[in-house]
Amino acid sequence: MIPGQFSYHRPASLAEAVNLLATLEDARPLAGGHSLIPMMKLRLATPENLIDLHGIDALKGVRRDGGNIIIGAMTTQHELLASDIIATALPVLQETSLVIADPQVRYMGTVGGNVANGDPGNDMPALMMTLGAIYNVEGKGGARSIAATDFYQGAYFTALEPGEILTSISIAAPPAGHGYAYEKLKRKIGDYATAAAAVVLTMSGGKVATCRIGLTNLSETALLAVAAAQAVIGTSLDDAALKAAAAAAEAIMSPAGDGRGPPEYRRYVGGVMVTRALQRAAQRAK
Amino acid sequence: MAKTHVTMKVNGAEVEGLVEPRTLLVHFIRENLQMTGTHIGCDTTHCGACTVDLNGMSVKSCTMFAVQAAGADITTIEGMANPDGTLSALQEGFRMMHGLQCGFCTPGMILRAHRLLKENANPTEEEIRFGIAGNLCRCTGYQNIVKAIQYAAAKINGVEFQEAAE
Repeated sequence: MIPGQFSYHRPASLAEAVNLLATLEDARPLAGGHSLIPMMKLRLATPENLIDLHGIDALKGVRRDGGNIIIGAMTTQHELLASDIIATALPVLQETSLVIADPQVRYMGTVGGNVANGDPGNDMPALMMTLGAIYNVEGKGGARSIAATDFYQGAYFTALEPGEILTSISIAAPPAGHGYAYEKLKRKIGDYATAAAAVVLTMSGGKVATCRIGLTNLSETALLAVAAAQAVIGTSLDDAALKAAAAAAEAIMSPAGDGRGPPEYRRYVGGVMVTRALQRAAQRAK
Repeated sequence: MAKTHVTMKVNGAEVEGLVEPRTLLVHFIRENLQMTGTHIGCDTTHCGACTVDLNGMSVKSCTMFAVQAAGADITTIEGMANPDGTLSALQEGFRMMHGLQCGFCTPGMILRAHRLLKENANPTEEEIRFGIAGNLCRCTGYQNIVKAIQYAAAKINGVEFQEAAE
């Protein structure tokens, strides 16, 4: 399968990339390319101009900025897995990266592409909503920041305006001793989630002090399960609390029926993923 | 569409060619360079038959444009033998452990295993299976591929290979 014709651009600076996106007809940024290139091979995407972001060093790498972790948009899943900063401050990002696609795809796939594409099957959006991440974007009109929770508007529709590029993600490091888990049910390695849930929580005196829960591939967009998280705060995660959380999460899911199963099944296992993620996160919390 | 002149290093040799931007790396390798050891299996980023080593990464060459690989250092199956032409440890492992039947997935398997062993010289069976999860084989059931990689790891580490009891 051969993509349609396009012109290739490899800017060396963000300013140049933003300018190319604003001035060229039908231009799209190219990050890791492991969503876009397959779509181009199927001719479901036929951009006239591709702006390859690999030449822009400013978009790469992980650093600390006070209590925040800043992840460059072009940082790959493989680089997240190799990062000591991520291992220490945000281990849930590594747990999630490990269940994305396969090793070859993780060498190329970027965290920026994963979150900015708006694909409800991608794993990072729900996690970013759970972590309260902020997306920093830049366009011809300047730079702005968008909360992950405000970013996703529908399948492949996001708050990113035409011509804007996601440059980095800021995440306030969760407190030391927090518990975390990303539970993903998939048919095989490399598949999108049948259902997945992200949990980040803190425990105090055997009870849940704070909790956020995100859901992957259970609606048009990733979801933040606010009521489900509320249902476990103040509890010791007893059976009644877990059941209440799963039920509250299931209430906001609207999965499509596809090869991964009918909606009823996917909603049910979505609740199971929430339960398991809560239990595993609580075990890890100190 | 105007063609672009690209140069890259493939198996230690500088190569060049004129490519359209839409030319996939695997097509450049197979058709321009006439190195047909890198296979096209699924053409949809799933099977891993087209895996090459690019700047120290295992990459599915059906999902990258040749223009993106300009300046890169690439190894394909044609570059996997020892400099004297004898089989490398991985190739020997696949031969000795019957790590292939039809052989279609083998170039991608060997290139992926090559990078896996560079990053983890002594992987467990689980780490090997997780590490080759992006490469599909429809013949072997993977058992002998895992053994082949264990054989190669032992040989590279200079220890005797001991096959696990079944």
